[in-house]
Amino acid sequence: MCDQTFLAITFGPCDNCTQNKPLMNIYLKNEPINYCSLCVELMACQALAKGETINTLKAESESLKAKLEEERAKLHDVELHQVAEKMEALGQFVMKTRRTLKGHGNKVLCMDWCRDKRRIVSSSQDGKVIVWDAYTTNKEHAVTMPCTWVMACAYAPSGCAVACGGLDNKCSVYPLSLDKNENLSSKKKSVAMHTNYLSSCSFTNSDMQILTSSGDGTCALWDVESGQLLQSFHGHSADVLTLDLAPSETGNTFVSGGCDKKANVWDMRSGQNVQSFETHESDINSVKYYPSGDAFASGSDDATCRLFDLRADREVAIYSKESIIFGASSVDFSLSGRLLFAGHNDYTINVWDVLKGTRVAILFGHENRVSTVRVSPDGTAFCSGSWDNTLRIWA
Amino acid sequence: MSNNSASGVISLQKTVKQLRFEAGLRRIKVSQAAVDLKTFCLQNAQKDPLLMGVPSSDNPFRPPKSCALF
Repeated sequence: MCDQTFLAITFGPCDNCTQNKPLMNIYLKNEPINYCSLCVELMACQALAKGETINTLKAESESLKAKLEEERAKLHDVELHQVAEKMEALGQFVMKTRRTLKGHGNKVLCMDWCRDKRRIVSSSQDGKVIVWDAYTTNKEHAVTMPCTWVMACAYAPSGCAVACGGLDNKCSVYPLSLDKNENLSSKKKSVAMHTNYLSSCSFTNSDMQILTSSGDGTCALWDVESGQLLQSFHGHSADVLTLDLAPSETGNTFVSGGCDKKANVWDMRSGQNVQSFETHESDINSVKYYPSGDAFASGSDDATCRLFDLRADREVAIYSKESIIFGASSVDFSLSGRLLFAGHNDYTINVWDVLKGTRVAILFGHENRVSTVRVSPDGTAFCSGSWDNTLRIWA
Repeated sequence: MSNNSASGVISLQKTVKQLRFEAGLRRIKVSQAAVDLKTFCLQNAQKDPLLMGVPSSDNPFRPPKSCALF
């Protein structure tokens, strides 16, 4: 999805010269404005500071990029695995499928754990969103969305609602009721509106706010009750595929990854892009914060997973092997951050020793691509969802 | 990206502004960051069930599913 679908062109009266022309919908300081292309050009030329031309801007941009590279390189004095050399190697891992959740009629695209460590919500290509009890494998709730490819689903921190969305370009919140006979679709609340598919969503620390990422290249923070847009985040130049919120102790930031191969870290209050990492060679499918909040891992179509440290502002480890040629669709850390689980498109899950950079296990079992991997909130197990229509709990 | 020079100017300005901001960030050495990551892992290793392994009786997923007769 590399066409510039997020620059939607509409036709109508220009906000500036009021003539009926094709309009460019752009954002200035988070406010959407609709100017015709002539007015956009005039505005841009007026906004240039004295002496600034395209050439001086280009030159400055190049020199700043070079300076950044230099600064980052200066601090690169050692590799992570060198620091971890003296550590004890991890023993053999025996992780088996302990539960298989069957019931989806089509590819499982996304899943999330409830904070009670036992419930799971999962969504699939056919539009079904199911809430499971992972201990008993019973289905507790099922909702049919009006769209297919429900690529994002999330459990609310209270456990009382789930959010989901996909090709409908919206994120909807369904409050879960204890009454099994109640039709959940009737209580549906549409919260987010994007101009392209919803790729990922997550509640912040409360049930009141949702963070979403979309194929339109933006991320956005919404108030659930009113559906109002609280903050939007612009900076990606292609679809944003994934996002993850920083663990609560470390404050109001989140990281997003997209088809432009960049992983961006954002400040939620100001909307500012505070850091950006561009070392992957292909789309970033998944990003996940390290449990301490000082680093994050990413999984990409280039078949590697990488660890980026936020305080050193650079990539500090690559998890790859020549034998791994299929992209990683989803990554997650174990509770201590020592293990990294990566689900791949070759139907396997690779388990890496984060510090030493070595692979400690490969898990087989799924019969199609692994689309999502999540460790339970108390770290006792992790769940994987796959295009083979099932979810597996491993422990 | 775009064949319109105006949006080219605007995006360049944004890029330069963003780069100026990023150039001003304070960074620490990788050795320091790596040691912190290692310390965090070691401190929390005991509490990590997937890492340490947990006796079957404690892990709700480990014991085989039992049939509950109502």
